[in-house]
Amino acid sequence: MNGAQDMGGMQSFGPVAPETDERYFHADWERRALALTIAMGSTGKWNIDMSRAARESLPPAQYLSSSYYEIWFAGLCKLLIDTGLATRDEIDSGVSQRAGVPVPRVLAAGQVNPMLFRGSPASRDEPHPARFAVGDAVRALTLNPPTHTRLPRYCRGKRGRIVAVRGAHVFPDSNALGRGEDPQWLYTVRFDAAELWGKDTTASSVCADCWEPYLEADGTA
Amino acid sequence: MSHDATQQHDHDHDHDHDHGHDHEHEGSALSEMDLRVRALESLLIEKGYVDPQALDVLIETYEHKVGPRNGARVVAKAWSDPGFRQWLLDDATAAIASLGFTGRQGEHMVALENTPGVHNMVVCTLCSCYPWPVLGLPPVWYKSAPYRSRAVIDPRGVLAEFGVALPDDTEIRVWDSTAEVRYLVLPMRPANTDTLNEAELADLVTRDSMIGTGLALAPGEVKPASGGRP
Repeated sequence: MNGAQDMGGMQSFGPVAPETDERYFHADWERRALALTIAMGSTGKWNIDMSRAARESLPPAQYLSSSYYEIWFAGLCKLLIDTGLATRDEIDSGVSQRAGVPVPRVLAAGQVNPMLFRGSPASRDEPHPARFAVGDAVRALTLNPPTHTRLPRYCRGKRGRIVAVRGAHVFPDSNALGRGEDPQWLYTVRFDAAELWGKDTTASSVCADCWEPYLEADGTA
Repeated sequence: MSHDATQQHDHDHDHDHDHGHDHEHEGSALSEMDLRVRALESLLIEKGYVDPQALDVLIETYEHKVGPRNGARVVAKAWSDPGFRQWLLDDATAAIASLGFTGRQGEHMVALENTPGVHNMVVCTLCSCYPWPVLGLPPVWYKSAPYRSRAVIDPRGVLAEFGVALPDDTEIRVWDSTAEVRYLVLPMRPANTDTLNEAELADLVTRDSMIGTGLALAPGEVKPASGGRP
């Protein structure tokens, strides 16, 4: 989705401003929004790619004028409504109007740290031999799906070189749509900064992790 | 100063007061976001989807138990132990796990070694991907539009805003965390640290030096502990 989340290369947002009095949370509700997002993610009603897709689907003006935890909160509300776990009226009022629907899991306090420290790897069995190897010249496809993708706009159509083969990983473009994990080979691709930006850059190169369906062999190299 | 969560928000203060995401001062009336999140929490508890005690454990863990001191231990060990450094560069997930740092948002770790000729910088242009087990939750600036937009096109400009100037001939490699691979920068070991032990070396390793927006401190630059802040 060509949404406001895809920010690489945009200009005029102003300087990066590290805080002098840095803290993880700037209000108590941010703590609760983080915890609710992780706890609800553990129910098994959606996956991390659906979560990202929900946040990215905010209208650009709303996305850009929201703080990061406001975006998380809005994304969580959308997922709750889309999956039928709650209605907009219930979310706004905080009052349940009907019993909760069964969810696959409810995260118990004693399970939190084992879950966090175990993690959930995205690597999967390899679906077929890898099409590319380290050193191969590739070109990122020109794609503009109206749905979730992890190929940033600034890479699309650009030539690069494979610098690492990361194994087969869950393919977000499919997983975000509930169409299954569809594991695909994942590569780290190095793009020369001049290929991406011409002369208007101070980078030497930019590496992005690209799934095989994002890439084609570059016959011009 | 503002306690808001993004820089761009600061510009909204004079015309956006009714959205409630400003002025989070302790002791003031609850903001609209406070009320909305409280309403949602009570709804989700009532419906049986979340255990309130689990929420408390989640917050406790990420606010107090995981943070960049973990990553600093990894870096200090890599500086001290050539075998560990090589393991870290070959299989960062396993090497980092050997120190007890594992889990969510760190399942697939890759270490990027800075050298006199190459400086690495990590960003997530699409959201806020960040190696939680070694660095904790990301700082606000890492999630903000200014950093996400500019790191990939103007890393030297970004570095200047962190007070870092690198030689013109240093190759600057930016890594955009577009998948579930999480990157940890292995900064260069500062000069005149040959006599320091691992714990002393870890004190030189800043959070920003492991993102690539800073350098490790020189021995004379170490500040007193900052009370558990990131």
